[in-house]
Amino acid sequence: MKMKSLDELKKLREKAQETIRLREQEEGTKIVVGMGTCGIAAGAREVMLALVDELQKKNLKDVVVTQTGCAGLCEKEPLVDVIRPGEPKITYGYMTAEKARSMVTSHIVNGQVIGEYVIAREDSGD
Amino acid sequence: MEFFRSHVLVCSGVNCSFRGSRSVRAALVEEIRAQGLDKEVRVIETGCFGLCEAGPVMVIYPEAVHYCRVVPDDVKEIVEEHLRKGRIVDRLLYKGEAQVKGVQTWRQIDFYSRQKRVVLRNCGLIDPDSIDEYIAREGYEALGRALRMQPMEVIQAVKDSGLRGRGGAGFPTGLKWDFTARAAGDQKYLICNADEGEPGTFKDRLILEGDPHSVIEGMAIAAYAIGASKGFIYFRGEYKLSIDRLTHALEQARAYGLLGKNIFDSGFSFDIEIKVGAGAYVCGEETALINSMEGKRGEPRFKPPYPASVGLWGKPTCVNNVETLANIPSIIRQGADWFRSIGTAKCPGTKVFTLTGNINNAGLIEVPMGITLREVVYDIGGGIPHGRAFKMAQTGGTSGGCLPEALLDVPMDIDSLATAGSALGSGALMIMDDSHCIIDVVKCFLQFFRHESCGQCTPCREGTQRLYELVDKISRMEATEKDVELIRRLARTMEDASLCALGQTAPFPVLTTMRFFPEEYEAHIVHGMCPAGVCAAASQIA
Ligand SMILES: Cc1cc2nc3c(=O)[nH]c(=O)nc-3n(C[C@H](O)[C@H](O)[C@H](O)COP(=O)(O)O)c2cc1C
Ligand code: FES
Repeated sequence: MKMKSLDELKKLREKAQETIRLREQEEGTKIVVGMGTCGIAAGAREVMLALVDELQKKNLKDVVVTQTGCAGLCEKEPLVDVIRPGEPKITYGYMTAEKARSMVTSHIVNGQVIGEYVIAREDSGD
Repeated sequence: MEFFRSHVLVCSGVNCSFRGSRSVRAALVEEIRAQGLDKEVRVIETGCFGLCEAGPVMVIYPEAVHYCRVVPDDVKEIVEEHLRKGRIVDRLLYKGEAQVKGVQTWRQIDFYSRQKRVVLRNCGLIDPDSIDEYIAREGYEALGRALRMQPMEVIQAVKDSGLRGRGGAGFPTGLKWDFTARAAGDQKYLICNADEGEPGTFKDRLILEGDPHSVIEGMAIAAYAIGASKGFIYFRGEYKLSIDRLTHALEQARAYGLLGKNIFDSGFSFDIEIKVGAGAYVCGEETALINSMEGKRGEPRFKPPYPASVGLWGKPTCVNNVETLANIPSIIRQGADWFRSIGTAKCPGTKVFTLTGNINNAGLIEVPMGITLREVVYDIGGGIPHGRAFKMAQTGGTSGGCLPEALLDVPMDIDSLATAGSALGSGALMIMDDSHCIIDVVKCFLQFFRHESCGQCTPCREGTQRLYELVDKISRMEATEKDVELIRRLARTMEDASLCALGQTAPFPVLTTMRFFPEEYEAHIVHGMCPAGVCAAASQIA
């Protein structure tokens, strides 16, 4: 394809930016999945795959998904933390792929924490 | 488009490649597949991160975790622990000399956080083989905008920015473009000088490896400004990876119509051809380079006429360094005022340095012009290893000067370094600790010059040889005060009468060290001893 104008370049750029956004952003919403042996045994990988899939479907580019080790709350696994800039960290417990998807819609998109899944809250400051 | 939750960037710069980053990457791809993560994790080869001393370097996003000295045996643990379970592999983190705990992300490492990246903005961040990733970082936007301006407006923008050549001489780039644009003749040429023969310099190579499109875009803008339809990149023959990357990048740019006929429908046509040199230092000098491209001996021409009026095949030709050209897209995109907000009033912008020698964080750095040598050595470079003392910094390469500790606070820009008795040159910065003998070091430089002198003019051909012999005599404790006088006279002759800057500047290292380290010359000449114990040992064996 030969580029004929700055507009065409811009279109290509917007598409290409999605590929590298992950490397550029320093602050945005972070979803952290507990991936200790306990988490994996309880289905954390399925939860994570569902999260990644849901974010992609909803085209939520500013959200990153990372993992962490065992938090010592093994019986409540799979655990998922949601950290939004300037808000307290919310920890969800007993997550499933299904719950993870509805969490994305409600919490990440609409800012509504799903109270019944929450097992802990803490201030982002510490 | 596929979405990957994690990107693993493996350095494929030449320094990391020597340390085996290729096999690390291969092992990584294999292990990620074996653990079934290949749909979630993407592995990307990228250009030099800069911290080559800690190579092979790897950065994992989104966390931006920076791992050092990764070997294939570490790969399983990285995939299992970090990529699967999100647990950082502490033992592979960067640790400064006095630090007990490793630093997790590259953004927190002093080496990176104290730099200012303009030319290297994409190095270590994008896949240099992907034009799309370059475009994602505003690539080719500047070219599109420049083509909507008049050529003279583009030249004015570069003049306003105050950009000066990064190839060594520091000549104002806008002015050079202006001369070439105004020179009589329909056919004009642009040459990108990627010969980079200066010992200890590898910045152009890593820019071309890490972000080839920035140089191509800079060249296209320069060509439009001066009215050239044809450009060349003159490569040093050994730069295989740079040549491969650039060849690939040229193909991609042509496919997108960013090179070739009627670029951006503007009526402007331009293409680039690669020329490969045979590795003579003097062929980096612009007129010797032109001779070499014409198939003649690589010997410098008399100047004037300058290439801007009579250059390649007698046509007006603009020769610019790689780093100079890589600055152009940012200047057009972000404006002269932005560029002038970085660096000093007479020397705006940044400078890429290759930091080598006795320094903890050896590698590639980019800093604002005017930063002090002390900041570079201690804050970014992490100081001198093994608890030894700083002895000198050679700036500007072999023909630069050696600065002593007392001058650590000199600002690193073209004018300040010249005033201090050294040079900025192309950005070679070699740090030496107190185990080195000045005389021995200078002898090495002179050995280089006598080997690289093209032999065309007598002051340089004979002068470099005699200068070497005289300093060798000092190192053998056989010299007298008379020899010192002879060195001074010989140096003056070479400076005045040599045809090109090679011979004119060859005496520089002797003269600056005689000025800054007189006690060391005295020790060898008057007391017959080498304070560092280098020459003494050598002469005893002999
Ligand atoms: C002996 C000698 C070697 C040189 N080697 C190089 C080189 O490797 N790369 C380079 O860009 N300039 C080199 N130069 C400087 C070039 O002659 C020329 O000034 C430069 O390429 C111009 O580009 P700039 O204005 O963008 O700095 C060398 C000069 C001399 C005298
Ligand atoms: S080559 Fe890998 S960090 Fe420089």
